[in-house]
Amino acid sequence: MKLKLLESYLGSVTQFPSPKVELEQYPTGPHIASRMLYMAENSFGDITGKVVADLGCGCGTLGIAAALLDAAQVVGVDVDEDALALAQENCEELEVEMDLIQANLSELPLQGLVVDTVVMNPPFGTRRKGADMEFLAAALKVAGTAVYSLHKSSTRTHIKRAAVRDFGAKTADVMCELRYDLQASYKFHKQKEKDIAVDLWRFTTSSV
Amino acid sequence: MRLLTHNMLACNIKGVTKGFPLGIEHTRLETKESELNADFLRHIFPKLDWKAFHEAAQSVGVNNIPDQVEPVMLDDDEFLRKFHHALLEVHLEEGALICPETGRRFPVTKGVPNMLLNEDEV
Repeated sequence: MKLKLLESYLGSVTQFPSPKVELEQYPTGPHIASRMLYMAENSFGDITGKVVADLGCGCGTLGIAAALLDAAQVVGVDVDEDALALAQENCEELEVEMDLIQANLSELPLQGLVVDTVVMNPPFGTRRKGADMEFLAAALKVAGTAVYSLHKSSTRTHIKRAAVRDFGAKTADVMCELRYDLQASYKFHKQKEKDIAVDLWRFTTSSV
Repeated sequence: MRLLTHNMLACNIKGVTKGFPLGIEHTRLETKESELNADFLRHIFPKLDWKAFHEAAQSVGVNNIPDQVEPVMLDDDEFLRKFHHALLEVHLEEGALICPETGRRFPVTKGVPNMLLNEDEV
């Protein structure tokens, strides 16, 4: 599938009508999501024919992108019931299959060797400190091969150190820096649009 | 949810050491046909907990999955067809997953297992 086509499919994913601030439910736009998954497949072969988990899947954008790129199985995990219901609707709309699980990332009920690749857009940890790190630790525990994730560029040094030293990543590399336009999702966003610098990371786990 | 997902799910209540595999209760199952991908089945085969998969298949009424398997069976089309069906085509839509150690029930509604823990379980 061509990148442009993937991006246009993802454009029809319905985003949160009323995002929950405590969960930092910022949408992953089609532009970023399509590039993230396209790179994971075309540069590294981490999606097609693999088991992919989308942690904190929200309305399902990244998982749906993985399914559109022919992941063998996609599992989406989120704590929020409303987000999961929306993800289910989006899957039906785009005619893809994704198994959804309601769970808290800090007590992630996934184990074993089944998951190959994790894709995620975790909370940046601005509302609840450390939320981003909780996601990263969980992802690196579950992924057999690689983790693709977005983190604020300002946390780059910290992320790299924690991933390799504390969470057992074999490698941790920034693939590219992106501008994340958080359109004024919440009332406390004063400017109409707020661009923040975000890194697209690829972590590999030790079984590679 | 499919049995492939069941094969990676465990009960995570604090203090539980044998939270896998979860038992299955079902009030509604659904079969959705999907395309068989032999390469994927060979890829996933060594990563599965076969005993858990075999038991799970039985508990959803799929009784043609052998309890003992050898990699050579992956060359047999008939075996691959059964394997594919049990792993990826049977969906648990309504029912529950049961922790093997504590008996705690995790309800499955519209295909989604609710694995959230109560405050006294974390």
